[in-house]
Amino acid sequence: MTSPLGKDLLGLERLTAEQITLILDTAEPLKEISERAIKKVPTLRGATIVNLFFEASTRTRISFEFAEKRMSADTVNVATAGSSVTKGETLVDTARNLEAMKIDMVVIRHGSSGAAQFLADRIESNVINAGDGTHEHPTQGLLDLLTLRQRWGTLKGKKVCICGDVLHSRVARSNIWGLQKMGAQVAVCGPRSLLPNAISEMGVTVFDRIEPAIEWADALNVLRLQLERMQAGYIPSLREYNRVFGVTSERLKRAREDILILHPGPMNRGVEIDSDVADGPHSVILDQVTNGVAVRMAVLYLLSGNSPRLAEAAAGGT
Amino acid sequence: MSPSQSVVLTARALERTLSRMADEIVEQNDGTEGLILVGIQRRGVQVAQRLAAVIATREGVEVPRGALDITLYRDDLQTVGPRPVVGRTEIPLTIDGMTVVIVDDVLFTGRTVRAALNELADFGRPSRVRLAVVIDRGGRELPIQPDVVGKHVEAERGDRVDVFVQEIDGRDEVILDTGKRA
Amino acid sequence: MSARDLLLKGGRVIDPSTGIDKVGDVLLRNGKIESAGEKISAPDSAEVIDCSGLVVSPGFIDVHCHLREPGREDVETIATGARAAAAGGLTAVCAMPNTDPVTDNQAAVGFVLKQGRAADAARVYPIGAISIGQKGERLAEFGEMVGAGAVAVSDDGKPVVSSQLMRTALEYARAFNIPVADHCEDPTLADGGQMNEGIVSARLGLRGIPNEAEEIMAIRDILLARRTGGHVHLCHMSTKGSVELIRWGKDRGIRVTAEACPHHLSLTEDAVEGYDTHAKMNPPLRTMADVEALREAVRDGTIDVLATDHAPHHYDEKARAFADAPNGIVGLETCLAVNITWLVKPGILSLAVLIDKMSCAPAKLFGLPGGTFARGAIGDVTVFDPTREWRVDPAAFLTKGRNTPYTGQTLTGRAVATVVEGRVVFRAK
Repeated sequence: MTSPLGKDLLGLERLTAEQITLILDTAEPLKEISERAIKKVPTLRGATIVNLFFEASTRTRISFEFAEKRMSADTVNVATAGSSVTKGETLVDTARNLEAMKIDMVVIRHGSSGAAQFLADRIESNVINAGDGTHEHPTQGLLDLLTLRQRWGTLKGKKVCICGDVLHSRVARSNIWGLQKMGAQVAVCGPRSLLPNAISEMGVTVFDRIEPAIEWADALNVLRLQLERMQAGYIPSLREYNRVFGVTSERLKRAREDILILHPGPMNRGVEIDSDVADGPHSVILDQVTNGVAVRMAVLYLLSGNSPRLAEAAAGGT
Repeated sequence: MSPSQSVVLTARALERTLSRMADEIVEQNDGTEGLILVGIQRRGVQVAQRLAAVIATREGVEVPRGALDITLYRDDLQTVGPRPVVGRTEIPLTIDGMTVVIVDDVLFTGRTVRAALNELADFGRPSRVRLAVVIDRGGRELPIQPDVVGKHVEAERGDRVDVFVQEIDGRDEVILDTGKRA
Repeated sequence: MSARDLLLKGGRVIDPSTGIDKVGDVLLRNGKIESAGEKISAPDSAEVIDCSGLVVSPGFIDVHCHLREPGREDVETIATGARAAAAGGLTAVCAMPNTDPVTDNQAAVGFVLKQGRAADAARVYPIGAISIGQKGERLAEFGEMVGAGAVAVSDDGKPVVSSQLMRTALEYARAFNIPVADHCEDPTLADGGQMNEGIVSARLGLRGIPNEAEEIMAIRDILLARRTGGHVHLCHMSTKGSVELIRWGKDRGIRVTAEACPHHLSLTEDAVEGYDTHAKMNPPLRTMADVEALREAVRDGTIDVLATDHAPHHYDEKARAFADAPNGIVGLETCLAVNITWLVKPGILSLAVLIDKMSCAPAKLFGLPGGTFARGAIGDVTVFDPTREWRVDPAAFLTKGRNTPYTGQTLTGRAVATVVEGRVVFRAK
């Protein structure tokens, strides 16, 4: 009894195009559930899912919680952000405790790259990576792919440019792997101090300026620029960033008519993206949010096929 | 066709049967008022379409149709192996107070219909639910019975009864395969 | 206490310092080398060890290891470290001073020596700190520390950030004829880095340490050695660029010496895949181009000695997400095998050159006894089997540390007997 995705979803780098397609194809029909009066299906009834968030996050956690509850799972939220518990030490003990409590699935967000794998290697429960350090954020990558595929019908041959702080972005990495596997052409655009030095070995085109990137792209995925980057000296100021790299409606005039604008959120309006772009006709940002719940439901559904405990629960069903 | 297979209904026979079923549905409802035909994915959807077409010809009324995928409501998900593909569910209008006719190709254990009833309950409260199936092959595991039956077929546990439809399979035909009998 | 006479019989005796390489015997008397290479008939009182099929060389010396005592005895003590060293074929080790408290004064140096003697295994030479508390501000008392037994000074664990301090250290050390060993790392370039900066770090989402972080400090040290006439010893070199800079310095007669560690000669950044913390150390594992440049540098003498940078850590500390785990791996018990497997077996180094790098050169550069079979030299001998294959099982280590990247691998080469001052301190089963 195996799931076609294996035991865990840790990242898109290790998935095949078939697996990604399966997740997207599964997410499509699940969208309808969120439009019903009773937004619930009994599929994961009896399953216990822990949302283990070592980093504060409202949007992602809520999205996962909706997905879990709409599948009738029991959810438990554990937030350690702001607590005095030291990182790292907790992770091994946390894994052992979860194992002992017979949790079916864990959704983990952690500040260290590789933390999701660390946990997955130590427990039998399904582990879903909700963002590990600067490594990957697979469900975000998947919902971005779904959003684009819905508009275009296919991702093959489409040109997507990821704009901003790729160096520190797990969303960027997941998008790069996901888009490449689905046959899209991928580019990045940002100041070189915010791109990995080895970026040219990742199979992406690099634009040093935003204008040619906008002219080239079928879609822009605009990443959030964090204040810390300016404080750490990667860029001189947020103001300069907006003036040189910001996605503004003025700059979008040179874009193709049907260009799509994505943003993983939360947005720094006026920094990496201007309000009239975020709220404008090219923006599919709200679609991303809707798709987020469906994608997460799909992932839960597909991974749950690999859980012996669920079989016991389902046998005692209606 | 292999020696263990036999034709239960030919294309022509199937057409006649569907015609009669459509009449029965309208008869039981005393008209087309408040009717909605909901086909269970996959082939139940095509059957529902055919029934609606007959009703349109006979009664001159377009009865509303819906599609229901019951995968997420199955009670055997854990034992069936890798996750089955989820199909499209579409209920185009509110079913509160309507007469819902669930349409499926083959009625066997009754578990699919049980799942469909559960799922419909999440969409609203119909005033009445009826069940129309092309083939009733017996072997019920739940107290479920059809209101409209195309044909009864004597089949044993290991047998297969398949309804093939033009839209999916390229032909119209109902086949009984007893190949797995001891 | 004088030792029995010891006759090591019938092994292949290799001593690069005297040019011996033949099958023969080595006789030790009163803790010293009596004769080496010729066939000797055993004096009645002598203990005889049959070394046929084995290599008999001057004892190996590791000029760079961390023994954690005082302060982290939960992770290693001088005794467990000295015994692990002996099991690895080492007759002497130099212990880095980044203990807690730091070994930056004569009393602390004396303590390390005393603990080493009590261990009665490999000899332990203390290295003193360059600066008080290794804070990089004020010089420690080199004279007092050397008087108490320190053989070198280093702030290893950390770089000497202030070039002025490094200059002063090199000048001041001249009076005591000791090397100043530097851990070359530009702190701002390396800040927060977890592994080598490259395609693997880009994919794994880990902050990288660029080669330049090491090279910038290496050339700085070389230039300061030129100005001051002091002896700078560059620890654990890891990059192609560093090797080129050392060559530049040596070509100009600058007193720069360098060491390389087995892991930088055998593993690349690919070992970090899967976020394995046993592949996390500082300096990090680099690319194949760097590994190949280092191997060539060992062969042509640009790298003078092979050391271990043995750095035991507690199991719990390494069982963490990658960014939270400390840097370092153990190496005393695997260094010989790793060096043979990756350098000798593929024909990059001959056994004689390996022995030179693990014994003669360390002794010479750090002014230590041993490293030679000249008559009257101290009786430190390593007997090893260069062909014996064995599987690495950390649970069997004598060191308290279990953090090795070679777990489960089959390596070639194992110490069979280790002799310190004429006494057998380790015998393989």
